[in-house]
Amino acid sequence: MTLFIEQCLNGLQFGLLLFMLAAGLTLVFGIMDLVNLAHGSLYMVGAYFAATFAAWTGSFVLGAILALGATLMVGMAVEVIAMRRLYGRDHLDHVLGTFGLILFFDEAVRLIWGPEGLSLPLPSWLNRSIQILPGFQYSAYKFSIIVVTLVVAGFLYALVMRTRIGMLIRAGASNREMVGALGVNIKLLYTLVFGLGAALAGLAGLMQAPILTVQIGMGENILILAFVVTVIGGIGSVRGALVAALLVGFIDTLGRAYLPNILNAILSPEAASTAAPALSSMLIYLLMAVVLIVKPEGLFAAGQK
Amino acid sequence: MHKTLIAAGAALLLAASPVISPAMAQKKSIKIGFVSTFSGPVAVIGNNMRDSFELALDHMGRKMGGLPVEVIYEDDGFKPEIGKQKTEKLIESDHVDFIAGYIWSNVLLASLKPIVDSKTFLVIANAGPSQVAGELCSPTVFSTSWQNDQTPQAMGLYMNSKGVKSVYLIGPNYAAGKDMLKGVASTFKGKVVGQDLTTWPSQLDFSAELAKAKAANPDAVFVFYPGKAGVQFLAQYAQAGLKGKIPLYTAFTIDELSLPLQKDLALGVPGAQEWVNDLPNDANKKYVADFIKKYPGHKPSFYGAQSYDAANLIASAVNAVKGDLSDKAKVQKALEKADFKSVRGNFKFGNNHMPIQNFYLQDVVKDAKGDFVLKTVATIVKDNQDSFHDKCPMK
Repeated sequence: MTLFIEQCLNGLQFGLLLFMLAAGLTLVFGIMDLVNLAHGSLYMVGAYFAATFAAWTGSFVLGAILALGATLMVGMAVEVIAMRRLYGRDHLDHVLGTFGLILFFDEAVRLIWGPEGLSLPLPSWLNRSIQILPGFQYSAYKFSIIVVTLVVAGFLYALVMRTRIGMLIRAGASNREMVGALGVNIKLLYTLVFGLGAALAGLAGLMQAPILTVQIGMGENILILAFVVTVIGGIGSVRGALVAALLVGFIDTLGRAYLPNILNAILSPEAASTAAPALSSMLIYLLMAVVLIVKPEGLFAAGQK
Repeated sequence: MHKTLIAAGAALLLAASPVISPAMAQKKSIKIGFVSTFSGPVAVIGNNMRDSFELALDHMGRKMGGLPVEVIYEDDGFKPEIGKQKTEKLIESDHVDFIAGYIWSNVLLASLKPIVDSKTFLVIANAGPSQVAGELCSPTVFSTSWQNDQTPQAMGLYMNSKGVKSVYLIGPNYAAGKDMLKGVASTFKGKVVGQDLTTWPSQLDFSAELAKAKAANPDAVFVFYPGKAGVQFLAQYAQAGLKGKIPLYTAFTIDELSLPLQKDLALGVPGAQEWVNDLPNDANKKYVADFIKKYPGHKPSFYGAQSYDAANLIASAVNAVKGDLSDKAKVQKALEKADFKSVRGNFKFGNNHMPIQNFYLQDVVKDAKGDFVLKTVATIVKDNQDSFHDKCPMK
């Protein structure tokens, strides 16, 4: 039973982390109609900033906060310098432009930090396990990721549903032209939204950094998952992104945890141990295929006309 | 003015290139292709191999059999399909005499056929898939590393001696990972209570597997994660609260390249290896000292040591045939003799051209300067031969 709870927490943690990435992606896509492949680069930049600042300040938390601010700035700068020239163009231009940004960021990181990658060591109070329930130990760091992402998700909800900016964001997601026609400073709104998305990606990157290592190209693998989440959740819907991210997180983790046992019961151990990892990494894509068949717009499609 | 200069330069270059006399028509240089990973997160391994190969060439005056040596380094990008392309390019367009390198078993298996078909001599400097030691063995294929199963087999023996009764195995789902887990299970006398193969190389979050290992409550966990994945695994092992609770045993997870990132997480975690930096033989002392001198801030690793040996093995054969590589059977015979001073001490080939060698227990300690270093603790097995050699037809 504790094993099941632990695996569920792992799934929850991974899902919430994916949500941090997918929320920015879906906001940018929904509001600016922009396909941003470089979102993973911002995730990487956040991790590199955190590793650097943590080494400078000697404090993990301080480093993380500085990195968050720095990634926000980088995101807004990218929007002003590069993204503005892409709005209103064909999606293929977005893909080309932002793919170019991936190459730019990868090379820039190589020039600044070198090809080897960095490590972001955890302070000792996080690098251990804590007792959550009697007799149930869980990684302190993973638990703190869950807490932080839940807080951020709550903040996002309040921002989108309860504030004026949030109202504009929702309006922008439903009908961009009308928002502009009503005299809203759409340029500023775009810069803010892109910066917010970048900061969320950076947060995901810096939280993942101590579990994984900080390396060039770390954003590309997870970006594919973030896109899957966006597609499943419905493009432009933050709520959809949350539900889809949790679904993907649970399916991925529980699949890895229990599929080998299930297959062992049916297949020979040899075949099961080969098939299980392959099948469990396919599960998420199967889910996406099913969702696309049943609800081609995604689970919570925004801006339906 | 510019054009004149360029033309003059070109003319000079042409004039400077040696005139081919009939006597030396067949050979002007020894061409070696070296395939490894020089980009991405594991580039540090490929660079260590290249640095060691270059150091070996320096030590022999960059000549083999009296002929200058030309090495073409190719990056496999950590991908089997790219490794195969680069291998074919080396054979078909560069016409190399020898190919060396290969970190990854899956890259090697993908690249093997063109090498064997073209009868190009191959000296593997790391990968050791069971197939190459067994049914796919070939007269022109040699290894200066090991067969994948051997190192974990040594670890299995060591776990027996420590009184471990049950173990949980975790490794990546590719050719080498499967060999490694089978290897440790073949010599370990206790019970294997569970086993996980993870998606390679994309999966870096091992929380689901670690939770299962913890729930199985074994005496020990055995793990194989080369390169950066090993750094991540050790960090997550500590975060999951397993460090200090369930002893960890490893193969190819802690080395000189990953240790600077693993630091104290690696303290007290034993590993098995055929080469350790402190092996007390003259060839090794020279290799280690000169490596540190030539590449300040870098340390030699077992990847490098095997590459250094690969260069010396090739040189020993080319010297034996005096640079005349036209008779392949003669070159093969010379390679089989393994007439060179290996940095691991004793070295000889079995019938399948895999080394018969010792495996040592290595441990992580802090040296006088406070740096983390690997040191030899004991010899686990002597003159160990892989268990696939009797499946090798060698024809």
